[in-house]
Amino acid sequence: MMKARVFVTLKPAVLDPQGKAIQNALNGLGFDEAQSVRQGKVIDIELSGDDNSAVQSSVTEMCEKLLANTVIEDYRIEIL
Amino acid sequence: MKSAVIVFPGSNCDRDMQVALREVTGKEPQMVWHGDSQMPNVDLIAIPGGFSYGDYLRCGAMAANSPIMKEIVKQANEGVAVLGVCNGFQVLTECGLLPGALMRNASLRFVCKDVHLTVENNTTAFTSNYQQNEPILVSVAHGDGNFFAEPETLNKIEGDGQVAFRYCNADGELVARANPNGSVNAIAGIFNEQRNVLGMMPHPERHSDKAIGGTDGGRLFESLMGALS
Amino acid sequence: MTTYHPEITAEIVAEHGLSVEEYKLACEIMDRAPNLLELGIFSVMWSEHCSYKSSKKWLKTLPTEGPQVIQGPGENAGVVDIGDGDAVIFKIESHNHPSFIEPYQGAATGVGGILRDVFTMGARPIANLNALRFGDPDHPKTRHLLSGVVAGIGGYGNCVGVPTVGGETNFDPAYNGNILVNAMNVGVAKTDKIFYSAAGGIGNSVVYVGSKTGRDGIHGATMASAEFDDASEAKRPTVQVGDPFTEKLLIEACLEIMSGDSIVAIQDMGAAGLCSSSFEMASKGGTGVELDLSTVPCRETGMTPYEMMLSESQERMLMVLKPGREAEAQAIFEKWELDFAVVGTITDTGRMVLKFEGETVGDLPIDPLALASPEYDRPWHEIEMPAAVSIEPDGNVKALDVLKSMMGSPDLASRRWIWEQYDSTVMADTMQKSGGDAAVVRVHGTDKALAMTTDCTPRYCYAHPETGGAQAVAEAYRNLIASGAKPLAATNNLNFGNPEKPEIMGQIVGCVKGIGAACEALDMPIVSGNVSLYNETDGKAILPTPVIGGIGLMKDSAAMCRIGHKEEGLDLVVLGSCTGHLQQSLFAKQVLSNQEGQPPTIDLEKEEATGRLVLSLIENEMVEACHDISDGGLIVSVTEMAMAHGIGAELNIAESELGQLFGEDQARYVLATNDSESILLAAEIAEVEATIIGKTKGDALTLTSGASISLSELSAAHEAWMPGFMEAPVSREA
Repeated sequence: MMKARVFVTLKPAVLDPQGKAIQNALNGLGFDEAQSVRQGKVIDIELSGDDNSAVQSSVTEMCEKLLANTVIEDYRIEIL
Repeated sequence: MKSAVIVFPGSNCDRDMQVALREVTGKEPQMVWHGDSQMPNVDLIAIPGGFSYGDYLRCGAMAANSPIMKEIVKQANEGVAVLGVCNGFQVLTECGLLPGALMRNASLRFVCKDVHLTVENNTTAFTSNYQQNEPILVSVAHGDGNFFAEPETLNKIEGDGQVAFRYCNADGELVARANPNGSVNAIAGIFNEQRNVLGMMPHPERHSDKAIGGTDGGRLFESLMGALS
Repeated sequence: MTTYHPEITAEIVAEHGLSVEEYKLACEIMDRAPNLLELGIFSVMWSEHCSYKSSKKWLKTLPTEGPQVIQGPGENAGVVDIGDGDAVIFKIESHNHPSFIEPYQGAATGVGGILRDVFTMGARPIANLNALRFGDPDHPKTRHLLSGVVAGIGGYGNCVGVPTVGGETNFDPAYNGNILVNAMNVGVAKTDKIFYSAAGGIGNSVVYVGSKTGRDGIHGATMASAEFDDASEAKRPTVQVGDPFTEKLLIEACLEIMSGDSIVAIQDMGAAGLCSSSFEMASKGGTGVELDLSTVPCRETGMTPYEMMLSESQERMLMVLKPGREAEAQAIFEKWELDFAVVGTITDTGRMVLKFEGETVGDLPIDPLALASPEYDRPWHEIEMPAAVSIEPDGNVKALDVLKSMMGSPDLASRRWIWEQYDSTVMADTMQKSGGDAAVVRVHGTDKALAMTTDCTPRYCYAHPETGGAQAVAEAYRNLIASGAKPLAATNNLNFGNPEKPEIMGQIVGCVKGIGAACEALDMPIVSGNVSLYNETDGKAILPTPVIGGIGLMKDSAAMCRIGHKEEGLDLVVLGSCTGHLQQSLFAKQVLSNQEGQPPTIDLEKEEATGRLVLSLIENEMVEACHDISDGGLIVSVTEMAMAHGIGAELNIAESELGQLFGEDQARYVLATNDSESILLAAEIAEVEATIIGKTKGDALTLTSGASISLSELSAAHEAWMPGFMEAPVSREA
């Protein structure tokens, strides 16, 4: 059994209204140091198998097919 | 005109679409459950609004990967007319039949209201019963209708006349206040290159009955009826 | 029987919200001390929430019957005949405490729960409404609570695809520590396809369907019956999380199985989940029930029988099936990707027997527990009509300036910011949504329509509960009439403070008396309802808030009436008489900060006669637009009519006649008509006072002597407040 963690974030060029709202809220709370906020999601997957590179390629395929919309999102995979 | 309405778990405008199609075509549309692998032979495939798979992960993402969609993509590529409304539009962008993506509304809130649209291209099977640039009244109801495309894609959509509808005011003017969700260039609906696939956030099926809001939406189905019968 | 049973101490009994006397009674019924699981069952079954122990004595006095009533209180929801073999099924229910602790999930699961109450009975839900009460807009929590509650209601209702078409939202400092979230649902079924909860058929399978069980909201039902203190915010983990996607699947799966004939009884797992649903089904059916808890679908590992019985995980149902129909039912639920498990059988023992991993872990007698369910005659103080006060504004008050500030005040400002977040048009049968008198939804595939509304004026209830209770019913009645519907029946949500205080109990008794009298006189029996008590924080109670959800029927929906007039030159006619009653009015509150004196008199005979007249005028197509007169008086009603289409009015009332303009005398309507002669004649015959007060004209409101204000100025004020309030930058307040 292996675990993978996928981080999905909006591409840098895409406006992130939720991130913007969070930044405004943080600034309102006095956290002036918060200069930019981007929100994303984390997806944890448990996978059968123990071959690191096989898992890497299968999770990449999952990202391309379903987990991320590559029109607007980037993804990053960590094998845990 | 024979039509089919695709039903995913969580679709909730399937009945509304069924009623609108029945009223206009005089024929009962076939309701096709997402798990069916066979697509009946029809002239129009309608993907209705709702929250397919709860809108979990991303709106339309899981429906776009369901088995029936493979068959729909194939038929669309063969020229069958496909209409995606609201969640259906999201499914069509997710499965690649239409360019761009639908993001969270700029207000970050769900919005349900009547809106006006300008008809940007009345030379298609979907829009021939409208006047060019005519403002029509329909309603929106969505949380993720903010149309986005990369500049290059957007230029192509605009240059090729793929924009079907834009949000406008009652006089047909493109003013910022009339854009309910922050869509780029106020885009409310787009065609594919071949003009046989239309995705739109507003709900024509909710404006197909004069007792309920008006009939501007119904004219879209009448256009199809004229073109596909 | 040892594994799960720590010793029952006085502390554990108290934690379960049982009094010493109640625990003694439980021991007598059991003929031994209950174990922890059994104690948990006693505690939820005897909680205020499930047993109505403080209010039952008074609820029994309400009128609940009539030829139109198919099912009154006591089932999941009330059922009323609307002709042609159709029935309307509806109920209102509170989710106050959970919404204060976690506004999004509290409100969302409130909507989910009331939906299940309605579709459990075989109805397709067709409309949601909600009555919301928040604290002072300036209170630091108000904005956060309001935005969370609205997002939760929308998040759930929008996803299940049932339109949210109406309701009300009010602000008052009395709700600072206890907001009210009352959700109403309306559904439609065939009269020969209504499903009830009484179990039957010894040996029949008890089946669990829907979501898996987790540790959500354990003790939610007892939490909903306890007063708040500062420590309750730490109770957060007991709040349930809703999954509207699963609910949507559950609706479709239940309606699919209900189209056949395999179900004997069905009950949703609401407050106190599996425990109260199985108990109530057996109790109503006069049977026993045996459950094998090892078969309950669980989301988490290591769940104990106690947790399974008391979990409030959402989107679950319990059914009793006819013999041999399990496979057929299972196929339907599996198609909809829902859990399905046979968890027990109906027995003839009259006992609830709970097994787990082969052991008996609980064994209770059903009838004695249900029959012994406490009923208190709590002491109460009669609340007398307060002395009249004189409301005397000084001569400098400019009526139209007051009107503008009133239209833009938190009391009356447009709620558009709220209702645009609700999908109000899905299902394509919404004929009228928020912003008018009643919401109107067509009965699918017919020319009939149902009108629906929620109403209550808490400041009247506080001043004199009996008058306030009657007024809530009368206002609901008027809102239904004004839309062109014949009022049929009502549901009520009684929200009060701690009933152990005689003055609060006095409010309850007074309001119930008023509601009863009005329902009787206006022929609107109460067919379902909910009671929410202990809405107090640190000893401070909410205003008495008995919300009435009214339902009316329009046989021909083409005759529907709206509040807005669409042309100039129509006569404006007021039906009903005006004494210029300013005590307890919004005018007195806002202009003079005076909240003393008597609420307006409710004359039920007059109310009924005026309503009957208005309805006949609408049905005979003599009315172009109609609006009742309530908060803010005549001038506010006329303003709302005028703003609807931007067509103004010229009134023959002087600016100085403040009582005429702002008085809140009841049983009144404003009609816009091009046939005032016939209306005056009809009114004379019906012995209802009728007065032509002006004409529709221009784009402003004008009084005699020429005082005038443009509609655009009024609309701007009306629309500005709520977006400005909700979207102001976040500051350290939150």
